Amino acid sequence: MEILSLLGDGMLVALQPLNLMLILIGVSLGLFIGAMPGLGSVNGVAILLPITFLVPPGSAIIFLAAIYYGAMYGGAISSITLGIPGASTAVATTFDGRPLAMKGMARLALVAAAVGSFVGGTVSNVLFSFLAPLLATVALSFGPPEIFALMLLAFATFVGLGGDDIPKTVFSICFGLVLATVGFDQISGAPRLILFDMTGFLGGISFLVLAIGVYGIGEMLWTIESTRGEITKSEADISVKGIIEDTGTSVKKGWKGMSIGSFLGFFVGILPAAGATPASLMSYAVTKMVSKNPEQFGQGHVGGVAAPEAGNNSASTGSMLPMLTLGIPGSPTTAILLGGMVIWGLTPGPRLFVEQSDFVWGLIGSFYISNFFALLVNLTFIPLFIWMLRMPFTILAPLIFVLSIVGGYAAMQDMFDIWLLLAFGFGAFFLRKFDYPLAPAVLAIVLGPIAEPTLRQSLLLSSGDPSIFFTRPIAAPIMLVAIILLLLPALKFLRRGKSSGAA
Amino acid sequence: MRLGEIVTAGVLALLSIYLMYEASKNGVGYTVGKGPQGGFWPFWLGMGMLISTGFITLNWVRRVSPPSRSEEPVLDAFGIRTLILVGGGIIGFVALIDIVSMYGAVALFMLYYLKLLGRHSWTVTLPMVLVFPLALFFFFEGVMQITMPSGMSFTDPVYNVLYNIIY
Repeated sequence: MEILSLLGDGMLVALQPLNLMLILIGVSLGLFIGAMPGLGSVNGVAILLPITFLVPPGSAIIFLAAIYYGAMYGGAISSITLGIPGASTAVATTFDGRPLAMKGMARLALVAAAVGSFVGGTVSNVLFSFLAPLLATVALSFGPPEIFALMLLAFATFVGLGGDDIPKTVFSICFGLVLATVGFDQISGAPRLILFDMTGFLGGISFLVLAIGVYGIGEMLWTIESTRGEITKSEADISVKGIIEDTGTSVKKGWKGMSIGSFLGFFVGILPAAGATPASLMSYAVTKMVSKNPEQFGQGHVGGVAAPEAGNNSASTGSMLPMLTLGIPGSPTTAILLGGMVIWGLTPGPRLFVEQSDFVWGLIGSFYISNFFALLVNLTFIPLFIWMLRMPFTILAPLIFVLSIVGGYAAMQDMFDIWLLLAFGFGAFFLRKFDYPLAPAVLAIVLGPIAEPTLRQSLLLSSGDPSIFFTRPIAAPIMLVAIILLLLPALKFLRRGKSSGAA
Repeated sequence: MRLGEIVTAGVLALLSIYLMYEASKNGVGYTVGKGPQGGFWPFWLGMGMLISTGFITLNWVRRVSPPSRSEEPVLDAFGIRTLILVGGGIIGFVALIDIVSMYGAVALFMLYYLKLLGRHSWTVTLPMVLVFPLALFFFFEGVMQITMPSGMSFTDPVYNVLYNIIY
């Protein structure tokens, strides 16, 4: 009951005129920043941080948190309308969001993303409000072995994403993981896999370079070539009635994905080494796994949009938890928020809830308000996003190519990465022709930098003994489930080989 | 497609071997009491890639995968034309960035695509060519404070005018 009272007071703080105005501006700005390929919440929060010195600290962090929320909603827009995942958190949304848009159902995809985001945000806000201190203790008990086990589980669920061709899927995952190792070895600091001795690889290969290359360039070239250039413009309907109908459809067809994404996303989000990206990917993979029609995922399934969006929004709230309760940022964006709090004289950690309860509960109250307004703003702008899709493809295609290159440079600030992006794009075009699934490679390059260091840290902790993964109470069951899931496709492959041999 | 499938598998196998070779430079051993060396993880992943190409080849022999059963060409005349005109256009766009600036390259690419490939009228083409790069400039350089390549020195007069507007 005390928590309800504190939450009520917090909401009243968030509803003060200045804070309410900052929330509205923040979610709107965040939406457009998140919608731009190559830009994400971290850009918005970093650039607008100095502006917050004009307002009280409590209002400042409410504003930045609103930008964070808006950007999480906005990431889906680029994924659905342009087919380019603008941030790592929106990669999984592309898998079904873009096919829905290509079928003329972009409005449904955008609404499903908005509603999924809202549900994920709401569930995570409730969990945060009532379980923050307890969950902080749980998060602390996750060490490198547990994080690695979780990453292995994530990879195991991704194997199912590759469709029927298991060898090509495994190749794709391994390739993505190898790309993630280019640059410097995180443990020893030595240069590693500096391909062809090109110094541009010293900075590593960013997931954005691969993702924008694959989806922005490769996929677009493939679409133009495979449709023989005869893509008719979308005649998607823009109407309020349509949006309301789509809201109902999203809930009806996507409730399972929203539920899975909300809870799984929050749980993954509270882990300091994880965050919204693995949360969205795992939400998608698990939803596909438990679906009655998994073969429809990747072809335009509403659940395939709702699940990752619920997951990433839920995780973004979850990633605030280690920041506020332990002083450990759960993502790059929360790291900037943490920096801002320190500058404003607020000390994150267990004492914050006691010594600055007005600030903490005002912030938590603002999450609910930001979530609501982010949904309203997003739904309001959906007609504008749909209008973009009504453009002839001969206008939309160059816009997508340009935004891919410009967005890629904005993120990387290095022409070497742009040439690499192009190389990935052309490579992806040819691999797509031979049915190589590239989504697993994109996912692997995101999770690889978490998986490898945690594997090696675990082995350092255990003096090289791999049984550490099977003796710790949390890591062991996760590892077993992951291994079973990894072996299932291999068994399927062998069984298919026997039956085709017998035939 | 059948020939293309096995050629692709071969190229990817060579790539896998190359990656394993590069990884071996950091040591691929497992130090007892410490754990894997720096090249261990990418080396064995490269091995996984190589083994996968082996299974892909096996599937090709058994004609299991759709591309291994198809006699269609990888790229027909339209496909080759698309790759040259569209893909070539994008390569030209990126190559021009360091010469005429990012925004100049955007304008030229839009002009090429809209007018030459898309055959749109000047009424559609010109506003897009002029307005879109400017909009990108004000968004990235003005709002987001992200600098894009400004090309060679002959673009300076244009940039001076634009920077005077935003600063």
